[in-house]
Amino acid sequence: MFVRLIVTGALLLLLWLAVRKAKLVPGRGQSAVEMALDFVRVQIVEQTLGKERAKPFVGMFTVIFFTILAMNLAGVVPFLNIAGTSRMGLPALLAIWVFITYLVVGSRTHGVGRYLKNSLVPSGVPWPMLILLIPIEALQVFVIRPVTLALRLVANMMAGHIMLVLCFVGTHTLFLYADAVLKPLGALTFAAGIAITLFEVFVAGLQAFIFTLLSAVYLNFALDDGH
Amino acid sequence: MTTAHETPTGIGIFIPPVYDWFWSLLVTAIIAVFFFKYLLPKLNAILDERAAKIEGGIALAEKVQAEAAEAKAQTKAELDEARTVAAGIKEEATADGAAIVAEARAKAQAEAARIIETAHRQIEAERAAAVVSLREEVGGLATELASRIVGESLADEARQSRVIDRFLEELDAGLDGTPQPAAATADTEADQG
Repeated sequence: MFVRLIVTGALLLLLWLAVRKAKLVPGRGQSAVEMALDFVRVQIVEQTLGKERAKPFVGMFTVIFFTILAMNLAGVVPFLNIAGTSRMGLPALLAIWVFITYLVVGSRTHGVGRYLKNSLVPSGVPWPMLILLIPIEALQVFVIRPVTLALRLVANMMAGHIMLVLCFVGTHTLFLYADAVLKPLGALTFAAGIAITLFEVFVAGLQAFIFTLLSAVYLNFALDDGH
Repeated sequence: MTTAHETPTGIGIFIPPVYDWFWSLLVTAIIAVFFFKYLLPKLNAILDERAAKIEGGIALAEKVQAEAAEAKAQTKAELDEARTVAAGIKEEATADGAAIVAEARAKAQAEAARIIETAHRQIEAERAAAVVSLREEVGGLATELASRIVGESLADEARQSRVIDRFLEELDAGLDGTPQPAAATADTEADQG
């Protein structure tokens, strides 16, 4: 878990350096950070929740996005080599944060009873179907959403990590210990390693985006009147 | 891998141990505090300030533009007015010029008329004077002629005309500037007498 501390330090240092001397006319670093923050705010949160409703939650989603992104990227940084999010703890924690947030916000906006009814009882469904639907909806709201949030992230990052390890261990073994005939295969695994590294950079951004977007969507369900 | 802990296997992958919870919570809390207390307020302040400045700039630009338009309109109005005034002055000057010329001409005509009249009057006066002097002279001459005629014999008509002719000749000679001696007259008178 040392990796996470390093990543945290690096993230904070980077952001601090970028905005330490924040000015009206931004420099390169400040512009980049503003662009990233704007991306989270406009592309993810405001588009999902609407500009007005998004306001109280922008901070939270920004934290989630940047935490996940930084931790994910640690997976391709040499000497760190493992994503902070490829262990269950962090994704689970973030998922629980989102889970609690949408429960609290939903209950506070509509009142507990109405919120539960909104979430669990789909409108326009004949009552016998509710016997079937209410448990499904409950499972959805209380279990599946938070668990999938966390699992999706962990699984992706862990899989990426395994792929990278596989490629590099394979390259190492093929080059140093394999028969001469098999050695060229090492070049193949090395190339694959490079490709997967680049792919992991992409996945790091993508997963951060997906986690944040889905969190915003779940929060939107909680804010909406029924669905 | 830099972690000192064993890699979890099986279902253990999805059930985080206590240390995992702890460190996750710690780093998330650190990041959250950094974002909420430092990064977001700071950047939001900057963004607000920038927006305010841009809006201010736009407002200022609009104001300046309006002022410029107003100044332009004013200049145009002044220019128009100046043109009108200039046109008025020009017209007036033309009229004045025409009046002056007309007046000068009238004055000149009057002067000419006056000079002509004076000349006429002078001529008249001279003529009158000439008439007066001529009359006096003629009177004298007539008297002289009459006395001569009377002195001679008035019966003879030929004689009479001879006297008159002689008188006229004398007169002519006198006018010619050659003084006619009285002896000649006497001679003639003696011849005839």
